[in-house]
Amino acid sequence: MSDVGSMTSRPPPASPATSVLATLGRLAVSVLIPAVAFLVLRQGFLFLRDSNAPKVLIVVVAVLWGVGGIGLLYWVGNWVVERMPKRIGARILPFVFVGPGVAILIWYLALPVARTFWSSLKDAKSAGFVGLDNFAFVFTDASMLTTFRNNLLWMVVGTLFSVALGLLVAVLADRSRFERTAKALIFLPMAISFVGAGVIWNFMYEIRDVSEPQIGLLNAIWVGLLGNEPQAWTALNQPWNNLFLIFIVIWLQSGFAMVLFSAAIKGVPTDQLEASRVDGATEVQTFFRIVMPAIWGTVVTVATTIVIFTLKIFDVVWVMTGGQFGTDVIATQFFRQFFVANQNGRGSAIAVVLLLAVVPVMIYNLRQFSKRETF
Amino acid sequence: MERQIGTSRFWRWMLHLGLGLIVVLWSIPTVGLLLSSFRDREEIARTPWWSVFPHQEFATIEAYKPEGLDPDGVMTIEGVSGTFEEFREGVATPDGGQVLWVGNKRNGRIEIQGETWVFFGSLTLENYGQVLAGKTFELTRPDGSVDVQQGDNLSGALLNSIAVALPATVIPILIAAYAAYGFAWMTFPGRRLFFILVVALLVVPLQISLIPILSDYVKLGINGTFLAVWLAHTGFGLPLATYLLYNYISQLPKDLLESCFVDGASHFTIFRTLILPLSIPALASFAIFQFLWVWNDYLVALVFIGSKADSEVLTQKLAGLVGSKGDDWHLLTAGAFITMLLPLAVFFGLQRFFVRGLLSGSVKG
Repeated sequence: MSDVGSMTSRPPPASPATSVLATLGRLAVSVLIPAVAFLVLRQGFLFLRDSNAPKVLIVVVAVLWGVGGIGLLYWVGNWVVERMPKRIGARILPFVFVGPGVAILIWYLALPVARTFWSSLKDAKSAGFVGLDNFAFVFTDASMLTTFRNNLLWMVVGTLFSVALGLLVAVLADRSRFERTAKALIFLPMAISFVGAGVIWNFMYEIRDVSEPQIGLLNAIWVGLLGNEPQAWTALNQPWNNLFLIFIVIWLQSGFAMVLFSAAIKGVPTDQLEASRVDGATEVQTFFRIVMPAIWGTVVTVATTIVIFTLKIFDVVWVMTGGQFGTDVIATQFFRQFFVANQNGRGSAIAVVLLLAVVPVMIYNLRQFSKRETF
Repeated sequence: MERQIGTSRFWRWMLHLGLGLIVVLWSIPTVGLLLSSFRDREEIARTPWWSVFPHQEFATIEAYKPEGLDPDGVMTIEGVSGTFEEFREGVATPDGGQVLWVGNKRNGRIEIQGETWVFFGSLTLENYGQVLAGKTFELTRPDGSVDVQQGDNLSGALLNSIAVALPATVIPILIAAYAAYGFAWMTFPGRRLFFILVVALLVVPLQISLIPILSDYVKLGINGTFLAVWLAHTGFGLPLATYLLYNYISQLPKDLLESCFVDGASHFTIFRTLILPLSIPALASFAIFQFLWVWNDYLVALVFIGSKADSEVLTQKLAGLVGSKGDDWHLLTAGAFITMLLPLAVFFGLQRFFVRGLLSGSVKG
């Protein structure tokens, strides 16, 4: 502890001996403080992992430990750098700021791309190399082909309807006095989890025997008003049962599209709209000739986002059907191959296919970025 | 001006009709869930949820044993006549009621029913109590003592969700804010390269990471802990957070920072006392997104928490209920609504930030 004392009182530099001592002291403290910080965090972790304390206490400690711990790491990093000679410190400081973020990105996303690709070339237990066998499975197996068909259905139908409905609501709401309320209600499902939405729609699709009252709204209309036989909407009539799953995501995503379109429509210059109307164009003509070209960029962005989103769709299918009845999608196949069937190689190959599918968007993003002048 | 479709009265009506129709269609599923969650468990399973609205229903006014009637021929009861089969279905009386034969031919009863208005079905909070606190079971031990056990419930999962979601929201924002400041206001070797990495990783599907990260977690012995889930959410949310915060922080006026440097403030001080407070709108927008994303996440929790029962979050528990108690609608509806409560509060309370975040591109890859 005498080290710390010598640090804080900062004796005026006199003999070479004291200056060496001071440097040693700085060094010791630089090691000590991070070590103490690390120990505190480690104790917190062990407490969280092994403690039998009441749940509420554990939660409070976990939140404080997690949030405080990260703050502490930056604080300690800065503290150490400030103790260094100025020239070296100035070089190291940017890495204190950027380092943790970059390290996590590399660990969690950049390296896994390579590692997953590597294990996609290996067998089920990631032991021996099998070349491209896993990819041969992915692109030829009958169940995988169904999967790709479904994902295509998701991407086309889901995106088309989300965009169209979002656009319709944005246009209608723009002219209505009830704009705020209408938009909030359409937008609301975005706050609901897919699992929650799964429960909601399971309830809508619920089937009862024809002799009992239908408690699912869809079958109540189908049987009660239209006089048909009750339907198990998500189980029968492949591949159309997929549409009933896709509708759930349209229900969730239209609000997202609507908000972006609504903002874009409000950005269309009023004088252009006026000019078009004065020229005698109908509202529909004005929409397609003036509004659509003006908001086209937004339409492409929204569509791309929803395409990527539907490409990775997992929760809805997993909760509603578990991928049965011909409703598997890429992400559920990935999960089943890896976590249920213990097929590491096949699971990795499916993940690689998912990645390859988004590469065009990645390239587009990088191109846009390289056009920016700030870097 | 007559030609303008937008201003004619007819089209104005059509517009509101269309908009109203979509809004109603969009709201029905949620409203149905909410109403159902307050209904009695027997009734949810037996009658549809819209029967809580005022409607007319047949209620029995009088019931007696059939005497002196021949069930094999045409019978006349209370002034209406019909065969046994017809009475089984119910025969309408002139005053709007019906006569019903309940049971079989030899051992049945006659019910005279009249139509009455039912305004509200019986509503109850019991489902929520049962979902949150669990049902208590009384087990009688072989020695005769009675053991009261608490059944499965969601309150533990609710706390777990909070313990996962709060740090998994704050940690990535903090790390991203530091990184964004570094990218925006510092020069260092590799700056451009690292930022290209951030942009490239924006749309990488998180599935690519699950297998390698899981094996790392198993080696480190942290799989199933909160720390593991926080870090995973941090990693998956970080590219977007860094990108958005960089866009915001790099737009802050340069002279503001320079005058601080002249005053001798360090980067660390400027970041804490100037940049963070100034960036609150951007931080809030992203925080809402990250919070909703983590709270509603199922896949990451499924992989990194797995079936470790006392760490399971709400989405896992709810998905488990769908699997194991798919017909217990009183539990499912109440449970689903509990999972939606916090996101909806955040959504309605902070809608302004939410929309602003969307417009600045808060869309996860």
